[in-house]
Amino acid sequence: MTDARLRRRKIVNGLMFSLTAACTIACLAVLFVILGYIVYHGAAALDWSFLTRLPKPVGEPGGGIANAMVGSAKIVALAAVLGVPVGVLGAVYLHEFGHNRIGFVIRYAADLLNGMPSIVIGVFAYGLIVLPMKRFSALAGSAALAVIMIPIVLRSTEEFLRLVPASLREAGLALGVPRWKVILLVVIPSAWGGILTGILLAVSRIAGESAPLIFTAFGNRFWDNGWLNPMSALPLTIYTYAISPYEDWHRQAWAAAMVLVLVVLAGNVLARLLMRGGRGASNA
Amino acid sequence: MSKGGAVAGLTERAGDRLFRYGVLCAGLAVVGLAAALALELASGSRLAWSEFGPAFLWSSSWNPVSERFGALPFLYGTLVSSALALAIAGPLGVGSAIFLAELAPRRISDACCFFIEILAAVPSVVLGLMGIFILVPGVRAVSPFLIEHLGFLPFFRGTPYGVGMLTAGLILSIMILPYITSISREVLLSVPRPLKEAALALGATRWETVRLVSLPYARSGILGAVFLALGRALGETMAVTMVIGNSPRISASLFDPAYTMAAVLANELAEATSDLHLHALMAIAGTLFMLTLGMNALARWMILGTPTARRRP
Repeated sequence: MTDARLRRRKIVNGLMFSLTAACTIACLAVLFVILGYIVYHGAAALDWSFLTRLPKPVGEPGGGIANAMVGSAKIVALAAVLGVPVGVLGAVYLHEFGHNRIGFVIRYAADLLNGMPSIVIGVFAYGLIVLPMKRFSALAGSAALAVIMIPIVLRSTEEFLRLVPASLREAGLALGVPRWKVILLVVIPSAWGGILTGILLAVSRIAGESAPLIFTAFGNRFWDNGWLNPMSALPLTIYTYAISPYEDWHRQAWAAAMVLVLVVLAGNVLARLLMRGGRGASNA
Repeated sequence: MSKGGAVAGLTERAGDRLFRYGVLCAGLAVVGLAAALALELASGSRLAWSEFGPAFLWSSSWNPVSERFGALPFLYGTLVSSALALAIAGPLGVGSAIFLAELAPRRISDACCFFIEILAAVPSVVLGLMGIFILVPGVRAVSPFLIEHLGFLPFFRGTPYGVGMLTAGLILSIMILPYITSISREVLLSVPRPLKEAALALGATRWETVRLVSLPYARSGILGAVFLALGRALGETMAVTMVIGNSPRISASLFDPAYTMAAVLANELAEATSDLHLHALMAIAGTLFMLTLGMNALARWMILGTPTARRRP
Protein backbone atom coordinates (compact mmCIF):
# COMPACT_ATOMS: atom_id res chain seq x y z
CA MET A 1 0.00 0.00 0.00
CA THR A 2 2.66 2.52 1.05
CA ASP A 3 4.78 1.26 -1.78
CA ALA A 4 2.08 2.02 -4.29
CA ARG A 5 1.57 5.52 -2.92
CA LEU A 6 5.27 6.22 -2.93
CA ARG A 7 5.51 5.01 -6.49
CA ARG A 8 2.63 7.26 -7.49
CA ARG A 9 4.23 10.28 -5.83
CA LYS A 10 7.49 9.58 -7.60
CA ILE A 11 5.70 9.27 -10.93
CA VAL A 12 3.94 12.61 -10.34
CA ASN A 13 7.31 14.11 -9.43
CA GLY A 14 8.93 12.90 -12.62
CA LEU A 15 5.94 13.87 -14.75
CA MET A 16 5.72 17.42 -13.44
CA PHE A 17 9.42 18.06 -13.85
CA SER A 18 9.36 16.69 -17.38
CA LEU A 19 6.51 19.09 -18.07
CA THR A 20 8.44 22.07 -16.73
CA ALA A 21 11.48 21.00 -18.73
CA ALA A 22 9.27 20.87 -21.80
CA CYS A 23 8.16 24.46 -21.05
CA THR A 24 11.77 25.59 -20.97
CA ILE A 25 12.56 23.83 -24.20
CA ALA A 26 9.51 25.44 -25.79
CA CYS A 27 10.70 28.91 -24.72
CA LEU A 28 14.16 28.33 -26.12
CA ALA A 29 12.74 26.77 -29.29
CA VAL A 30 10.70 29.91 -29.97
CA LEU A 31 13.85 32.03 -29.80
CA PHE A 32 15.87 29.78 -32.06
CA VAL A 33 13.05 29.39 -34.58
CA ILE A 34 12.76 33.16 -34.78
CA LEU A 35 16.48 33.77 -35.15
CA GLY A 36 16.88 30.90 -37.60
CA TYR A 37 13.98 32.08 -39.73
CA ILE A 38 15.31 35.63 -39.90
CA VAL A 39 18.78 34.46 -40.86
CA TYR A 40 17.35 32.01 -43.41
CA HIS A 41 15.17 34.61 -45.15
CA GLY A 42 17.35 37.62 -44.50
CA ALA A 43 20.65 36.22 -45.67
CA ALA A 44 19.13 35.27 -49.02
CA ALA A 45 18.12 38.87 -49.70
CA LEU A 46 21.11 40.59 -48.19
CA ASP A 47 23.98 41.87 -50.31
CA TRP A 48 26.25 44.87 -50.52
CA SER A 49 24.08 46.89 -52.88
CA PHE A 50 21.11 46.45 -50.55
CA LEU A 51 23.08 48.16 -47.81
CA THR A 52 24.37 51.01 -49.95
CA ARG A 53 21.47 51.98 -52.22
CA LEU A 54 18.38 54.13 -51.84
CA PRO A 55 14.94 52.54 -52.15
CA LYS A 56 13.65 52.29 -55.72
CA PRO A 57 10.35 53.98 -56.65
CA VAL A 58 7.22 52.03 -55.68
CA GLY A 59 6.68 49.04 -57.92
CA GLU A 60 10.22 48.84 -59.20
CA PRO A 61 12.16 45.84 -57.80
CA GLY A 62 15.54 46.27 -56.16
CA GLY A 63 16.86 49.17 -54.17
CA GLY A 64 18.27 49.26 -50.67
CA ILE A 65 18.08 50.65 -47.18
CA ALA A 66 21.07 53.01 -47.02
CA ASN A 67 18.91 56.00 -46.05
CA ALA A 68 17.09 53.99 -43.39
CA MET A 69 20.31 52.87 -41.74
CA VAL A 70 21.75 56.38 -41.73
CA GLY A 71 18.42 57.77 -40.52
CA SER A 72 18.21 55.25 -37.69
CA ALA A 73 21.76 56.06 -36.62
CA LYS A 74 21.08 59.80 -36.65
CA ILE A 75 17.78 59.56 -34.78
CA VAL A 76 19.23 57.26 -32.12
CA ALA A 77 22.37 59.40 -31.78
CA LEU A 78 20.36 62.57 -31.18
CA ALA A 79 18.12 60.69 -28.74
CA ALA A 80 21.23 59.61 -26.82
CA VAL A 81 22.60 63.16 -26.81
CA LEU A 82 19.31 64.42 -25.39
CA GLY A 83 18.62 61.55 -23.02
CA VAL A 84 21.96 60.43 -21.57
CA PRO A 85 22.89 63.65 -19.70
CA VAL A 86 19.46 63.83 -18.07
CA GLY A 87 19.59 60.16 -17.12
CA VAL A 88 23.15 60.16 -15.77
CA LEU A 89 22.94 63.47 -13.90
CA GLY A 90 19.52 62.57 -12.53
CA ALA A 91 21.02 59.34 -11.24
CA VAL A 92 23.86 61.31 -9.59
CA TYR A 93 21.23 63.39 -7.80
CA LEU A 94 19.33 60.28 -6.70
CA HIS A 95 22.47 58.58 -5.44
CA GLU A 96 24.11 61.55 -3.74
CA PHE A 97 21.21 63.63 -2.47
CA GLY A 98 18.08 61.69 -3.30
CA HIS A 99 17.19 60.03 -0.01
CA ASN A 100 14.40 62.50 0.60
CA ARG A 101 10.96 63.34 -0.69
CA ILE A 102 12.26 64.85 -3.94
CA GLY A 103 14.20 61.65 -4.61
CA PHE A 104 11.05 59.63 -4.03
CA VAL A 105 9.12 61.74 -6.53
CA ILE A 106 11.91 61.45 -9.14
CA ARG A 107 12.04 57.67 -8.72
CA TYR A 108 8.29 57.47 -9.04
CA ALA A 109 8.30 59.58 -12.22
CA ALA A 110 11.10 57.45 -13.70
CA ASP A 111 9.17 54.26 -12.97
CA LEU A 112 6.06 55.75 -14.54
CA LEU A 113 7.96 56.66 -17.72
CA ASN A 114 9.69 53.27 -17.75
CA GLY A 115 6.39 51.40 -17.67
CA MET A 116 4.66 53.55 -20.30
CA PRO A 117 4.04 51.86 -23.66
CA SER A 118 6.34 53.37 -26.28
CA ILE A 119 3.36 54.34 -28.41
CA VAL A 120 2.07 56.60 -25.63
CA ILE A 121 5.48 58.28 -25.49
CA GLY A 122 5.19 58.71 -29.26
CA VAL A 123 1.78 60.37 -28.84
CA PHE A 124 3.41 62.68 -26.29
CA ALA A 125 6.12 63.74 -28.76
CA TYR A 126 3.49 64.12 -31.46
CA GLY A 127 1.43 66.49 -29.34
CA LEU A 128 4.46 68.37 -28.04
CA ILE A 129 6.53 68.78 -31.20
CA VAL A 130 4.77 67.60 -34.37
CA LEU A 131 1.44 69.39 -33.84
CA PRO A 132 2.85 72.84 -32.92
CA MET A 133 5.42 72.70 -35.75
CA LYS A 134 2.84 71.29 -38.16
CA ARG A 135 5.34 68.87 -39.67
CA PHE A 136 6.73 65.40 -39.04
CA SER A 137 10.36 65.64 -38.02
CA ALA A 138 13.33 63.52 -37.05
CA LEU A 139 13.68 65.81 -34.04
CA ALA A 140 10.32 64.67 -32.69
CA GLY A 141 11.35 61.04 -33.21
CA SER A 142 14.58 61.57 -31.31
CA ALA A 143 12.73 63.34 -28.51
CA ALA A 144 10.35 60.39 -28.15
CA LEU A 145 13.23 57.90 -28.07
CA ALA A 146 15.08 60.09 -25.55
CA VAL A 147 12.09 59.97 -23.20
CA ILE A 148 12.06 56.17 -23.49
CA MET A 149 15.79 56.07 -22.83
CA ILE A 150 16.00 58.38 -19.80
CA PRO A 151 14.47 56.10 -17.14
CA ILE A 152 16.55 53.11 -18.32
CA VAL A 153 19.81 55.09 -18.12
CA LEU A 154 18.76 56.65 -14.82
CA ARG A 155 18.08 53.33 -13.14
CA SER A 156 21.18 51.51 -14.39
CA THR A 157 23.47 54.46 -13.60
CA GLU A 158 22.12 54.72 -10.07
CA GLU A 159 22.74 51.03 -9.57
CA PHE A 160 26.36 51.28 -10.70
CA LEU A 161 27.02 54.40 -8.63
CA ARG A 162 25.91 52.40 -5.61
CA LEU A 163 28.65 49.85 -6.30
CA VAL A 164 31.44 52.42 -5.93
CA PRO A 165 33.17 51.66 -2.60
CA ALA A 166 32.63 54.30 0.06
CA SER A 167 36.34 54.23 0.89
CA LEU A 168 37.19 55.80 -2.50
CA ARG A 169 34.90 58.73 -1.85
CA GLU A 170 36.07 59.08 1.74
CA ALA A 171 39.70 59.13 0.61
CA GLY A 172 38.91 62.05 -1.68
CA LEU A 173 36.94 63.92 0.96
CA ALA A 174 39.66 63.33 3.55
CA LEU A 175 42.14 65.05 1.27
CA GLY A 176 39.94 68.12 1.41
CA VAL A 177 38.63 67.81 -2.14
CA PRO A 178 35.22 69.47 -2.53
CA ARG A 179 32.35 67.06 -2.79
CA TRP A 180 31.42 67.97 -6.36
CA LYS A 181 34.98 67.28 -7.48
CA VAL A 182 35.00 63.96 -5.67
CA ILE A 183 31.79 62.97 -7.46
CA LEU A 184 32.91 64.15 -10.89
CA LEU A 185 36.54 63.01 -10.73
CA VAL A 186 36.40 59.93 -8.49
CA VAL A 187 32.91 58.45 -8.16
CA ILE A 188 31.65 58.79 -11.74
CA PRO A 189 34.91 57.70 -13.44
CA SER A 190 35.13 54.57 -11.32
CA ALA A 191 31.54 53.64 -12.25
CA TRP A 192 32.07 54.67 -15.87
CA GLY A 193 32.23 51.14 -17.29
CA GLY A 194 28.89 50.24 -15.79
CA ILE A 195 27.30 53.52 -16.80
CA LEU A 196 28.41 53.03 -20.42
CA THR A 197 27.04 49.48 -20.35
CA GLY A 198 23.67 50.79 -19.20
CA ILE A 199 23.72 53.37 -22.00
CA LEU A 200 24.53 50.66 -24.53
CA LEU A 201 21.58 48.60 -23.29
CA ALA A 202 19.27 51.60 -23.57
CA VAL A 203 20.54 52.48 -27.06
CA SER A 204 20.03 48.95 -28.33
CA ARG A 205 16.52 49.03 -26.90
CA ILE A 206 15.50 52.29 -28.62
CA ALA A 207 17.18 51.33 -31.90
CA GLY A 208 14.50 48.67 -32.38
CA GLU A 209 11.55 50.91 -31.49
CA SER A 210 9.17 51.71 -34.31
CA ALA A 211 5.87 52.57 -32.63
CA PRO A 212 6.90 56.06 -31.47
CA LEU A 213 8.45 56.87 -34.86
CA ILE A 214 5.40 56.25 -37.06
CA PHE A 215 3.91 59.68 -36.46
CA THR A 216 7.07 61.56 -35.49
CA ALA A 217 9.97 60.73 -37.81
CA PHE A 218 7.37 59.35 -40.24
CA GLY A 219 9.77 57.75 -42.73
CA ASN A 220 11.18 58.95 -46.00
CA ARG A 221 12.19 57.18 -49.20
CA PHE A 222 15.09 59.53 -49.93
CA TRP A 223 18.07 60.98 -48.11
CA ASP A 224 16.78 63.12 -45.29
CA ASN A 225 16.55 66.90 -45.41
CA GLY A 226 17.77 67.70 -41.92
CA TRP A 227 16.36 67.34 -38.43
CA LEU A 228 13.16 69.26 -39.04
CA ASN A 229 11.98 67.00 -41.84
CA PRO A 230 10.76 63.42 -42.03
CA MET A 231 13.56 60.89 -41.76
CA SER A 232 13.69 57.22 -42.54
CA ALA A 233 14.48 54.63 -39.88
CA LEU A 234 15.16 50.91 -40.15
CA PRO A 235 12.16 49.73 -38.03
CA LEU A 236 9.83 51.99 -40.04
CA THR A 237 11.12 50.54 -43.31
CA ILE A 238 10.53 47.01 -42.05
CA TYR A 239 6.99 47.93 -41.02
CA THR A 240 6.13 49.60 -44.32
CA TYR A 241 7.60 46.80 -46.39
CA ALA A 242 6.07 44.01 -44.31
CA ILE A 243 2.49 45.25 -44.62
CA SER A 244 2.88 46.11 -48.32
CA PRO A 245 1.43 43.82 -51.00
CA TYR A 246 4.69 43.56 -52.98
CA GLU A 247 6.68 40.33 -53.03
CA ASP A 248 9.97 42.15 -53.52
CA TRP A 249 9.33 44.44 -50.55
CA HIS A 250 8.66 41.40 -48.35
CA ARG A 251 12.07 40.06 -49.36
CA GLN A 252 13.63 43.40 -48.45
CA ALA A 253 11.75 43.47 -45.15
CA TRP A 254 13.44 40.20 -44.15
CA ALA A 255 16.86 41.51 -45.09
CA ALA A 256 16.28 44.77 -43.20
CA ALA A 257 15.00 42.76 -40.21
CA MET A 258 18.19 40.73 -40.22
CA VAL A 259 20.30 43.90 -40.16
CA LEU A 260 18.21 45.36 -37.34
CA VAL A 261 18.25 42.16 -35.28
CA LEU A 262 22.01 41.81 -35.70
CA VAL A 263 22.63 45.35 -34.47
CA VAL A 264 20.12 45.25 -31.61
CA LEU A 265 21.06 41.81 -30.32
CA ALA A 266 24.79 42.54 -30.60
CA GLY A 267 24.33 45.63 -28.43
CA ASN A 268 22.09 43.83 -25.98
CA VAL A 269 24.27 40.74 -25.61
CA LEU A 270 27.47 42.75 -25.33
CA ALA A 271 25.96 44.98 -22.64
CA ARG A 272 24.67 42.02 -20.63
CA LEU A 273 27.93 40.12 -20.88
CA LEU A 274 29.80 43.19 -19.65
CA MET A 275 27.31 43.65 -16.83
CA ARG A 276 27.59 40.03 -15.83
CA GLY A 277 31.35 40.35 -15.64
CA GLY A 278 31.01 43.57 -13.68
CA ARG A 279 28.80 42.60 -10.80
CA GLY A 280 28.53 38.85 -10.53
CA ALA A 281 26.24 36.48 -12.37
CA SER A 282 23.35 36.66 -9.93
CA ASN A 283 21.73 39.88 -11.07
CA ALA A 284 22.98 40.21 -14.62
CA MET B 1 20.29 64.28 3.18
CA SER B 2 21.29 67.47 1.42
CA LYS B 3 23.15 68.40 4.59
CA GLY B 4 24.98 65.09 4.51
CA GLY B 5 27.89 66.87 2.85
CA ALA B 6 28.28 69.20 5.78
CA VAL B 7 30.22 66.75 7.89
CA ALA B 8 30.85 67.93 11.45
CA GLY B 9 29.51 71.42 11.04
CA LEU B 10 31.33 72.36 7.85
CA THR B 11 29.09 74.51 5.70
CA GLU B 12 28.34 73.45 2.14
CA ARG B 13 30.73 75.11 -0.28
CA ALA B 14 29.45 77.23 -3.14
CA GLY B 15 30.70 74.75 -5.72
CA ASP B 16 28.92 71.94 -3.96
CA ARG B 17 25.69 73.87 -3.83
CA LEU B 18 25.92 74.71 -7.53
CA PHE B 19 26.58 71.05 -8.33
CA ARG B 20 23.66 69.89 -6.22
CA TYR B 21 21.28 72.29 -7.95
CA GLY B 22 22.67 71.24 -11.33
CA VAL B 23 21.98 67.54 -10.85
CA LEU B 24 18.69 68.37 -9.16
CA CYS B 25 17.63 70.02 -12.43
CA ALA B 26 18.29 66.77 -14.30
CA GLY B 27 16.25 64.85 -11.75
CA LEU B 28 13.40 67.34 -11.88
CA ALA B 29 13.47 67.14 -15.69
CA VAL B 30 12.36 63.52 -15.34
CA VAL B 31 9.48 64.60 -13.11
CA GLY B 32 8.69 67.40 -15.55
CA LEU B 33 8.53 64.96 -18.46
CA ALA B 34 6.17 62.63 -16.64
CA ALA B 35 3.95 65.55 -15.62
CA ALA B 36 4.03 67.01 -19.15
CA LEU B 37 3.04 63.61 -20.54
CA ALA B 38 0.00 63.41 -18.26
CA LEU B 39 -0.95 67.04 -18.96
CA GLU B 40 -0.55 66.62 -22.71
CA LEU B 41 -2.80 63.57 -22.77
CA ALA B 42 -5.40 65.33 -20.60
CA SER B 43 -5.50 68.61 -22.51
CA GLY B 44 -5.13 66.96 -25.90
CA SER B 45 -8.22 64.84 -25.33
CA ARG B 46 -10.58 67.38 -23.70
CA LEU B 47 -12.80 67.78 -26.80
CA ALA B 48 -13.50 64.05 -26.89
CA TRP B 49 -14.37 63.89 -23.19
CA SER B 50 -16.62 66.96 -23.34
CA GLU B 51 -18.36 65.72 -26.50
CA PHE B 52 -18.96 62.12 -25.46
CA GLY B 53 -18.46 62.16 -21.69
CA PRO B 54 -17.50 58.95 -19.89
CA ALA B 55 -19.71 57.09 -22.39
CA PHE B 56 -16.68 57.35 -24.69
CA LEU B 57 -15.36 54.32 -22.83
CA TRP B 58 -18.38 52.09 -23.43
CA SER B 59 -19.66 53.34 -26.76
CA SER B 60 -18.74 50.97 -29.57
CA SER B 61 -19.01 53.03 -32.74
CA TRP B 62 -15.85 54.38 -34.29
CA ASN B 63 -16.47 56.39 -37.40
CA PRO B 64 -14.09 59.20 -38.34
CA VAL B 65 -16.36 60.25 -41.23
CA SER B 66 -19.47 60.86 -39.17
CA GLU B 67 -17.31 61.86 -36.18
CA ARG B 68 -18.76 59.30 -33.79
CA PHE B 69 -16.12 57.92 -31.48
CA GLY B 70 -16.22 55.26 -28.80
CA ALA B 71 -13.33 53.33 -27.31
CA LEU B 72 -15.04 50.06 -26.44
CA PRO B 73 -13.87 47.94 -29.42
CA PHE B 74 -10.27 48.95 -28.73
CA LEU B 75 -10.57 48.48 -24.99
CA TYR B 76 -12.08 45.05 -25.61
CA GLY B 77 -9.39 44.09 -28.14
CA THR B 78 -6.58 45.22 -25.84
CA LEU B 79 -7.95 43.40 -22.80
CA VAL B 80 -8.87 40.17 -24.61
CA SER B 81 -5.63 39.89 -26.59
CA SER B 82 -3.61 40.53 -23.41
CA ALA B 83 -5.64 38.01 -21.44
CA LEU B 84 -5.13 35.47 -24.20
CA ALA B 85 -1.39 36.14 -24.18
CA LEU B 86 -1.35 35.67 -20.44
CA ALA B 87 -3.30 32.40 -20.67
CA ILE B 88 -0.63 31.06 -23.03
CA ALA B 89 2.53 32.60 -21.62
CA GLY B 90 1.60 32.38 -17.94
CA PRO B 91 1.71 28.58 -17.49
CA LEU B 92 4.59 28.24 -19.95
CA GLY B 93 6.64 30.95 -18.26
CA VAL B 94 6.01 29.83 -14.70
CA GLY B 95 6.64 26.22 -15.73
CA SER B 96 10.02 26.98 -17.19
CA ALA B 97 10.84 29.22 -14.22
CA ILE B 98 10.20 26.24 -11.94
CA PHE B 99 12.49 24.09 -14.03
CA LEU B 100 15.22 26.74 -14.17
CA ALA B 101 15.06 27.60 -10.49
CA GLU B 102 14.47 24.20 -8.90
CA LEU B 103 15.81 21.49 -11.13
CA ALA B 104 18.38 22.72 -13.63
CA PRO B 105 21.98 23.08 -12.46
CA ARG B 106 22.82 26.73 -11.82
CA ARG B 107 25.07 27.17 -14.85
CA ILE B 108 22.57 25.69 -17.29
CA SER B 109 19.84 27.72 -15.64
CA ASP B 110 21.81 30.95 -16.06
CA ALA B 111 22.59 30.14 -19.69
CA CYS B 112 18.95 29.34 -20.49
CA CYS B 113 17.83 32.52 -18.78
CA PHE B 114 20.35 34.51 -20.79
CA PHE B 115 18.88 33.14 -24.03
CA ILE B 116 15.30 33.65 -22.93
CA GLU B 117 16.08 37.27 -22.12
CA ILE B 118 17.46 37.70 -25.65
CA LEU B 119 13.91 36.97 -26.78
CA ALA B 120 12.85 40.11 -24.92
CA ALA B 121 15.34 42.17 -26.94
CA VAL B 122 14.01 41.15 -30.36
CA PRO B 123 12.35 44.30 -31.74
CA SER B 124 8.57 44.23 -31.83
CA VAL B 125 8.41 45.02 -35.54
CA VAL B 126 10.55 41.98 -36.32
CA LEU B 127 8.19 39.75 -34.34
CA GLY B 128 5.36 41.32 -36.32
CA LEU B 129 7.12 40.32 -39.53
CA MET B 130 7.38 36.76 -38.22
CA GLY B 131 3.72 36.96 -37.31
CA ILE B 132 2.62 38.00 -40.79
CA PHE B 133 4.61 35.33 -42.59
CA ILE B 134 4.52 32.39 -40.15
CA LEU B 135 1.76 32.76 -37.56
CA VAL B 136 -0.94 34.09 -39.86
CA PRO B 137 -0.67 31.23 -42.38
CA GLY B 138 -0.27 28.83 -39.46
CA VAL B 139 -3.44 30.00 -37.74
CA ARG B 140 -5.26 29.96 -41.07
CA ALA B 141 -4.24 26.34 -41.55
CA VAL B 142 -5.17 25.19 -38.07
CA SER B 143 -8.42 27.06 -37.57
CA PRO B 144 -10.71 24.95 -39.82
CA PHE B 145 -9.83 22.01 -37.60
CA LEU B 146 -10.64 23.98 -34.45
CA ILE B 147 -13.88 25.28 -35.94
CA GLU B 148 -14.93 21.77 -36.83
CA HIS B 149 -14.18 20.21 -33.47
CA LEU B 150 -14.65 23.06 -31.01
CA GLY B 151 -17.23 25.01 -33.02
CA PHE B 152 -19.85 24.52 -30.31
CA LEU B 153 -17.96 27.16 -28.30
CA PRO B 154 -18.58 30.78 -29.35
CA PHE B 155 -14.82 31.43 -29.39
CA PHE B 156 -14.16 29.10 -32.28
CA ARG B 157 -16.63 30.20 -34.92
CA GLY B 158 -16.52 32.33 -38.02
CA THR B 159 -14.24 32.61 -40.98
CA PRO B 160 -10.55 31.81 -40.53
CA TYR B 161 -8.80 34.81 -42.10
CA GLY B 162 -5.57 34.09 -40.28
CA VAL B 163 -5.34 37.62 -38.91
CA GLY B 164 -7.33 38.19 -35.75
CA MET B 165 -7.49 38.01 -32.00
CA LEU B 166 -5.93 34.55 -31.67
CA THR B 167 -2.89 35.46 -33.78
CA ALA B 168 -2.43 38.67 -31.79
CA GLY B 169 -2.63 36.73 -28.53
CA LEU B 170 -0.03 34.26 -29.76
CA ILE B 171 2.45 36.91 -30.80
CA LEU B 172 1.90 38.82 -27.54
CA SER B 173 2.53 35.66 -25.56
CA ILE B 174 5.94 35.35 -27.23
CA MET B 175 6.72 38.93 -26.25
CA ILE B 176 5.80 38.59 -22.56
CA LEU B 177 7.15 35.08 -22.03
CA PRO B 178 10.70 36.27 -21.18
CA TYR B 179 9.43 38.70 -18.52
CA ILE B 180 7.33 36.07 -16.77
CA THR B 181 10.08 33.46 -16.92
CA SER B 182 12.98 35.56 -15.78
CA ILE B 183 11.20 37.39 -12.93
CA SER B 184 9.47 34.23 -11.66
CA ARG B 185 12.82 32.47 -11.69
CA GLU B 186 14.39 35.26 -9.61
CA VAL B 187 11.53 35.05 -7.13
CA LEU B 188 11.74 31.26 -6.89
CA LEU B 189 15.51 31.46 -6.37
CA SER B 190 14.92 33.76 -3.42
CA VAL B 191 12.97 31.10 -1.51
CA PRO B 192 15.13 30.32 1.56
CA ARG B 193 16.93 27.00 1.33
CA PRO B 194 16.13 25.85 4.89
CA LEU B 195 12.41 25.94 4.10
CA LYS B 196 12.89 23.64 1.12
CA GLU B 197 15.30 21.40 2.98
CA ALA B 198 12.82 21.04 5.81
CA ALA B 199 10.17 19.76 3.39
CA LEU B 200 12.65 17.40 1.73
CA ALA B 201 13.78 16.09 5.12
CA LEU B 202 10.16 15.26 5.97
CA GLY B 203 10.12 13.01 2.93
CA ALA B 204 8.45 15.24 0.38
CA THR B 205 9.43 14.68 -3.23
CA ARG B 206 11.02 17.62 -5.06
CA TRP B 207 7.77 18.41 -6.84
CA GLU B 208 5.86 18.34 -3.56
CA THR B 209 8.45 20.76 -2.16
CA VAL B 210 7.85 23.07 -5.11
CA ARG B 211 4.09 22.82 -4.78
CA LEU B 212 3.84 23.06 -1.00
CA VAL B 213 6.78 25.31 -0.11
CA SER B 214 8.29 27.25 -3.01
CA LEU B 215 5.17 28.21 -4.93
CA PRO B 216 3.15 29.43 -1.92
CA TYR B 217 6.17 31.39 -0.73
CA ALA B 218 6.79 32.95 -4.14
CA ARG B 219 3.13 33.41 -5.02
CA SER B 220 2.89 37.18 -4.72
CA GLY B 221 6.18 37.68 -6.58
CA ILE B 222 5.06 35.46 -9.44
CA LEU B 223 1.71 37.26 -9.59
CA GLY B 224 3.67 40.51 -9.73
CA ALA B 225 5.68 39.18 -12.67
CA VAL B 226 2.44 38.25 -14.41
CA PHE B 227 0.95 41.71 -13.88
CA LEU B 228 4.17 43.34 -15.09
CA ALA B 229 3.94 41.24 -18.24
CA LEU B 230 0.29 42.22 -18.57
CA GLY B 231 1.34 45.88 -18.41
CA ARG B 232 3.72 45.23 -21.30
CA ALA B 233 1.11 43.36 -23.31
CA LEU B 234 -1.47 46.13 -22.96
CA GLY B 235 0.76 48.67 -24.68
CA GLU B 236 2.46 46.46 -27.27
CA THR B 237 1.96 48.07 -30.63
CA MET B 238 3.78 47.00 -33.73
CA ALA B 239 3.52 43.23 -33.71
CA VAL B 240 -0.15 43.38 -32.73
CA THR B 241 -1.00 46.02 -35.33
CA MET B 242 0.51 43.80 -38.00
CA VAL B 243 -1.51 40.68 -37.22
CA ILE B 244 -4.77 41.61 -35.48
CA GLY B 245 -6.64 42.64 -38.62
CA ASN B 246 -7.47 46.19 -37.50
CA SER B 247 -11.23 46.08 -37.53
CA PRO B 248 -13.10 47.93 -34.76
CA ARG B 249 -15.75 45.30 -34.15
CA ILE B 250 -16.50 43.26 -31.06
CA SER B 251 -16.88 39.57 -31.69
CA ALA B 252 -16.68 36.62 -29.37
CA SER B 253 -14.84 34.55 -31.95
CA LEU B 254 -11.07 34.48 -31.61
CA PHE B 255 -10.69 34.11 -35.38
CA ASP B 256 -12.32 37.43 -36.18
CA PRO B 257 -10.22 40.52 -36.84
CA ALA B 258 -10.12 42.95 -33.94
CA TYR B 259 -8.34 46.15 -32.96
CA THR B 260 -6.38 47.39 -29.94
CA MET B 261 -5.87 50.82 -28.44
CA ALA B 262 -2.19 50.89 -29.36
CA ALA B 263 -2.93 49.72 -32.90
CA VAL B 264 -5.52 52.40 -33.59
CA LEU B 265 -3.03 55.04 -32.44
CA ALA B 266 -0.38 53.62 -34.76
CA ASN B 267 -2.74 53.53 -37.72
CA GLU B 268 -4.76 56.70 -37.39
CA LEU B 269 -2.85 59.36 -35.47
CA ALA B 270 -0.69 60.49 -38.38
CA GLU B 271 -3.79 60.86 -40.56
CA ALA B 272 -6.22 62.36 -38.07
CA THR B 273 -7.46 65.51 -39.78
CA SER B 274 -10.36 66.73 -37.67
CA ASP B 275 -9.85 68.05 -34.17
CA LEU B 276 -12.40 65.67 -32.70
CA HIS B 277 -10.73 62.63 -34.27
CA LEU B 278 -7.38 63.76 -32.88
CA HIS B 279 -8.84 64.34 -29.44
CA ALA B 280 -10.56 60.96 -29.50
CA LEU B 281 -7.22 59.30 -30.28
CA MET B 282 -5.57 61.27 -27.48
CA ALA B 283 -8.35 60.09 -25.17
CA ILE B 284 -7.49 56.52 -26.14
CA ALA B 285 -3.82 57.20 -25.38
CA GLY B 286 -4.89 58.61 -22.02
CA THR B 287 -6.95 55.52 -21.27
CA LEU B 288 -3.98 53.33 -22.16
CA PHE B 289 -1.81 55.50 -19.89
CA MET B 290 -4.14 55.01 -16.93
CA LEU B 291 -4.52 51.29 -17.58
CA THR B 292 -0.75 50.68 -17.73
CA LEU B 293 -0.19 52.88 -14.70
CA GLY B 294 -2.67 50.84 -12.68
CA MET B 295 -1.27 47.54 -13.84
CA ASN B 296 2.33 48.52 -13.06
CA ALA B 297 1.39 49.85 -9.64
CA LEU B 298 -0.33 46.55 -8.88
CA ALA B 299 2.71 44.61 -10.12
CA ARG B 300 5.18 46.63 -8.07
CA TRP B 301 3.06 46.33 -4.97
CA MET B 302 2.99 42.55 -5.37
CA ILE B 303 6.69 42.10 -6.14
CA LEU B 304 7.60 44.37 -3.23
CA GLY B 305 5.27 42.27 -1.13
CA THR B 306 7.65 39.30 -1.40
CA PRO B 307 10.21 40.31 1.27
CA THR B 308 7.40 40.92 3.77
CA ALA B 309 6.16 37.42 3.12
CA ARG B 310 9.64 36.21 4.00
CA ARG B 311 9.23 37.34 7.58
CA ARG B 312 6.10 35.30 8.05
CA PRO B 313 6.78 32.10 10.11
